[in-house]
Amino acid sequence: MDYNIIEVKNLTKKFGQLTAVDNISFVVSKGEIFGFLGPNGAGKSTTISMLAALLKPDSGQAAINGFDVNKERNQVRKSIGLVFQDSSLDDKLTAEENLYFHADLYGVDKKVFRERLPEVLRLVDLWDRRGHIVKTFSGGMKRRLEIARGLIHYPKVMFLDEPTIGLDPQTRFNIWEYILKLKKEKDMTIFMTTHYLNEAEYCDRIAIIDQGKIVALDTPANLKKMVGGDIITMAAANLEKLRREIENKFGLAAKIQDDKLKLEVSDGDKFLPKLFNELEEKIESVELRKPTLDDVFLNLTGKKIREEDASAKDLMRQRMAMRH
Amino acid sequence: MNELRAIYTIWRREGIRYIRDKARIFSTLLQPLMFLVIFGAGLGGTLNQGNFGIDFMKFMYPGIIAMNVMGIAFFSTVSTVWDREFGFLKEILVAPISRTSIVIGKILGAVTVASTQAWLLLVLAPFMGISLHIFIVVKLFLFMVLLAFAISGMGLFIASRMKTTESFGIIMQVLIFPMFFLSGAFFPLTNVPLWMTILSRFNPLTYGVDAMRQIILNGLPAELAQKLFLYPIEINILALSAFSVFMVLIATLAFNKRN
Repeated sequence: MDYNIIEVKNLTKKFGQLTAVDNISFVVSKGEIFGFLGPNGAGKSTTISMLAALLKPDSGQAAINGFDVNKERNQVRKSIGLVFQDSSLDDKLTAEENLYFHADLYGVDKKVFRERLPEVLRLVDLWDRRGHIVKTFSGGMKRRLEIARGLIHYPKVMFLDEPTIGLDPQTRFNIWEYILKLKKEKDMTIFMTTHYLNEAEYCDRIAIIDQGKIVALDTPANLKKMVGGDIITMAAANLEKLRREIENKFGLAAKIQDDKLKLEVSDGDKFLPKLFNELEEKIESVELRKPTLDDVFLNLTGKKIREEDASAKDLMRQRMAMRH
Repeated sequence: MNELRAIYTIWRREGIRYIRDKARIFSTLLQPLMFLVIFGAGLGGTLNQGNFGIDFMKFMYPGIIAMNVMGIAFFSTVSTVWDREFGFLKEILVAPISRTSIVIGKILGAVTVASTQAWLLLVLAPFMGISLHIFIVVKLFLFMVLLAFAISGMGLFIASRMKTTESFGIIMQVLIFPMFFLSGAFFPLTNVPLWMTILSRFNPLTYGVDAMRQIILNGLPAELAQKLFLYPIEINILALSAFSVFMVLIATLAFNKRN
């Protein structure tokens, strides 16, 4: 039976003047990979902190595994595993000692721990390194160890806050293999945040969050449908003339952006040959692509999601949230 | 039950980290030896010509032990700031255990490390013509533990308000030297200006130094004892206990509030 393992209703958190999380509501059902997608400072980590009972919400409710995050903190904490954005391992201890420490804090029976230790370490391919001091581990190994540690008490929900940030593409790919394995083998519910659009594609459902608000929530496929079809980008000597011709012949509104003509059509593969046959204006190059989540984000918020494009306002939000 | 296990776990981690940090063990052992040798040789020569009544190194030795307990206890609480800086504190804070258990575990860790390492200094006693028997050692241990509790409570109170190791280090330096010098470790407080006497009464180290001195230098002639010792041993126990309870209490409150 699938049921709602996370229920969030009108959750709000303010830091002084800034509303970091603004009246958000959503549910996550058991076994789902649920993604929070948004730029830095959008309120993703603040939401996780509230769901992990680390931060008190100003208003609204949230329940994990049926436990209220305000009233049943310890029950909530027992129900979740958490992998933070920055490492939270003791790098003077060995991999095994880190897990042992965790098991002790979560009241995992010693015998049970002995059984689970090989299981979780093998899942992330660190069994051979169990006796090594964490200091000697690479960034990817540390992240994997944190995932293993979060699993030792068999949580119902695994929270991954930017699980692949700061890792190289190969390691990122590997981490995702482990996460998908986790879902498959343990039927684990996974709640993750990311600002990598290609990673959000792995999620069953995505909430797009911007400036503390959820602006859209759906499956990646449905979100992409919101964009309105495939995207054709063309370069030509006279863009304005080309734009008018397309508007006249096909009744389509094209936009000139960055010295290119952009056009959204429902069935790009079939539309292109037709376009070439009927156009008189000369085209220099053409590109057809399927909509990405980047387009979705751009459509919904009017801005790009990537870090380098984060607006001054977003950066300010991020800095203010970090101070708390 | 779960809370007890959490306290034990946090305590054990402090121990493991201490044992693995050889540089820390070495440097915290070297510092009191330096004090003893340099001050003992430097001041001792001058003082022994007058009528100080006792070999200066012998006089200083108990104070050095107390200082060592204090230094290590204080320094050990920096681990909380480290944990915050390196992110490990989050792992502890998100666990299903109370904040108070975290504080108790941390303080017990510092107390254990401080009172254990001070034992190493007892090895020096025979070289200074001091004979120790088991009864003395047990009494000394009681005061080592009491003093360590008071100081690590103070340290944790400060640590729970600090964000970086640097700022903790600065506060520690600012506090530790006045506390050393106003404790009676280097000179008897029986013949000092009133302001110093008053200040020394607010210094937990004073009671630790005084008690350990009386325990180690037992059997001095009454006249000399009057010159060197401050308070009856019961007063020392009482004062140190009061300091310990107070410091651990404010540390717990500060840690709960901050996190």
